[in-house]
Amino acid sequence: MPAAPLSLLWVVPALPLLGFAVNGTLALGRPGAKGAVSIVGVGTLALAFAASAFAVIEFAKLHAAAPLVFPYWEWLPVGELQVGFALQLDQLSAVMILVVTGVGALIHVFSIGYMHEDPGYARYFAYLNLFVFFMLILVLGANFPVMFVGWEGVGLCSYLLIGFWFNERINADAGRKAFIVNRIGDFGFLVAMLLIFWRIGSLDFGPVFARAPAAFAPGSAVVTAITLFLFLGCTGKSAQIPLYTWLPDAMQGPTPVSALIHAATMVTAGVYLVARCGVLFALSPLGSAAVAGVGALTALFAATIALKQWDIKRVLAYSTISQLGYMFIGVGTGAYAAGIFHLATHAFFKALLFLGSGSVIHAMHRAYHATHAHDDAQDMRNMGGLARHLPWTAGLMWIATLAIAGIPPFAGFFSKDEILGAAFAEAEVRPLWYVFWAMGMAAALLTAFYMTRLMRYTFHGPNRTGDREREHLREAPWMMTAPLVVLGALTVLGGGLNVPRLFGGGAFLEHWLEPVTSAAARLHPVVDTARTTEWALVVAAVLVAALGMFAAFRLLRPAALVPARLAPAETGLARLLWKKWYVDELYDAIVVRPIVWISREVLWKIVDARLVDGLLVNGSAAVSRALGWMGSRLQTGEVGSYVMLFVIGVLAVLGAAVR
Amino acid sequence: MLLEPSLTVSAVLFTLGVAGVLLRRNAIVIFMCVELMLNAVNLTFVALAQQLGVAGQIFVFFVMAVAAAEAAVGLAILLAIYRHRQTLNLQNINLLKG
Repeated sequence: MPAAPLSLLWVVPALPLLGFAVNGTLALGRPGAKGAVSIVGVGTLALAFAASAFAVIEFAKLHAAAPLVFPYWEWLPVGELQVGFALQLDQLSAVMILVVTGVGALIHVFSIGYMHEDPGYARYFAYLNLFVFFMLILVLGANFPVMFVGWEGVGLCSYLLIGFWFNERINADAGRKAFIVNRIGDFGFLVAMLLIFWRIGSLDFGPVFARAPAAFAPGSAVVTAITLFLFLGCTGKSAQIPLYTWLPDAMQGPTPVSALIHAATMVTAGVYLVARCGVLFALSPLGSAAVAGVGALTALFAATIALKQWDIKRVLAYSTISQLGYMFIGVGTGAYAAGIFHLATHAFFKALLFLGSGSVIHAMHRAYHATHAHDDAQDMRNMGGLARHLPWTAGLMWIATLAIAGIPPFAGFFSKDEILGAAFAEAEVRPLWYVFWAMGMAAALLTAFYMTRLMRYTFHGPNRTGDREREHLREAPWMMTAPLVVLGALTVLGGGLNVPRLFGGGAFLEHWLEPVTSAAARLHPVVDTARTTEWALVVAAVLVAALGMFAAFRLLRPAALVPARLAPAETGLARLLWKKWYVDELYDAIVVRPIVWISREVLWKIVDARLVDGLLVNGSAAVSRALGWMGSRLQTGEVGSYVMLFVIGVLAVLGAAVR
Repeated sequence: MLLEPSLTVSAVLFTLGVAGVLLRRNAIVIFMCVELMLNAVNLTFVALAQQLGVAGQIFVFFVMAVAAAEAAVGLAILLAIYRHRQTLNLQNINLLKG
């Protein structure tokens, strides 16, 4: 039954892997061959996108109700544990591979222009291709271990690319922070995996989700533990409270990396995981409430921090964390289609925002480079009025801003509205969701505000870059603007993927995902609300967004800003937000410093120096030396004593023989 | 015939030899005590040869030959030690200790 061409699904991840191999070889052997690197890097991604599109079209023709699983080889046959290296294609992974390869290909094109002057050009594309390979393994894996390989692989690539300019210490530290914080989440993923195997005896998605409803009583302790541990993994990878702190620091990497890995694809892996394991989360009310609650809290919390950041990329980083929080509200509510819909639209508009900011930073950097100034090219206080110099970037970023703020008819409006609507509907069954809904609305208000603030400070008002630098500010080459235009089009039209019935749409994505989400929906039905309520919610959401933007226009004075090096220190609440609620300092005080102290004072000075080195290593040496000393005392050098011992020995042997 | 007295004498001689080796300190005396033990053994061989065949008597010649060789080598060593150290007290000759 599975169409023969679809068994070539392995080609999709294999293409970026091939690109990695070729570019990695070039990076080692011919790092200057930029033309070849660009062709291989972008070419493999374009081909992978074409292969994905072909696979998805073939798959759509089948109208398959179950995932198509392609086992390629036996991987871990250990007793009862039979893990094969298997890929699977279903409606959910179809959406994911299109987003990953599509947005990925655009960002690769943008990178050609952005990274062109960099000496590590080939290495950059090798890492980027490797990342896409692991991301595809993550979304195509047919069991937990294969998915985990991708999960760890994208983490590795994230680390490599955050610390891409590793000769500056701050970048290397940011990479390590991301890696170490993600370890905590990965621990949760592993524990969840072991619990699933312990209770169900399989790690393949098919059997696990088929047997789960029989194996676990709804709300039982084990399934709650599994979901909470899985969600711990998600909080690490998708930057949710309490493990979100690595994502803002991850902005030390090149901007296209922030767009691809830390906005559009990798950080959404947690949302994908929750959607994939919908059956388990539907069985655990506490687990799904934790997902939605943490999502709502993160959405609001990150949005408050974004209000007072000056680094353009950090605003977008906190915005990403906040939007990921929305996705978790969606999937935690059981509205998987809404969560995945927001994932896709967010990939479009956030990639656009990041690439736009990359274009701005590129221009700023070139201007400062031309005059040998050393000001911060990412600080919004050094920008202002850039719309006159970068009209395309400004226009496209305004589209993305309207989308993320939730203004119709842009993509973000539909997806965000759907999540908030689902949360409000769920509240009829579980009143706690009223709180989550309210937090989501508050976050939407702040989102509209801080995005408008970013746009006004960057593109409007007087220019603060400096008089000599100003004439060097200009739009990036078309190679960098073209991906922005495509993403802009997707941002405008992306909402069409899933126009709700309320607006006379067909809710295409919801129907498309039905085979995947139906099992979870049977366990935990999605609540429907009256049409009037839905309309009221839509109007409220749009009003909130408009209010946020209006407030940003009324309250902010771009004309009053001064360049970063002249700016006075923040005070009061502004300082608290600017300092990110001191969360990093708090973690440093309650986690990092105690661990360092214990490592140094206990593990090193006591356990290692005294116990291992002192007692075990030197102790065993002292024991054998003492035994040797005692033995050497027997060797007196006096023949008489030897003879005495000899005679005693002979007598003893004779005595034993006679008896 | 005289078997029992012979063995008794042999045992006494051997014990005297062992005691001498253990208790005396002069190397020459110890050397003589070793000879005493050899001769005690020789006496045993001869005494038992009357009953067990002539092989015992033949063995005595071997022992004597070995004893003569040993005396030649041993006395030469003792002479060399004395020239070197001006003493034959074994308690003073204890360089090979741990």
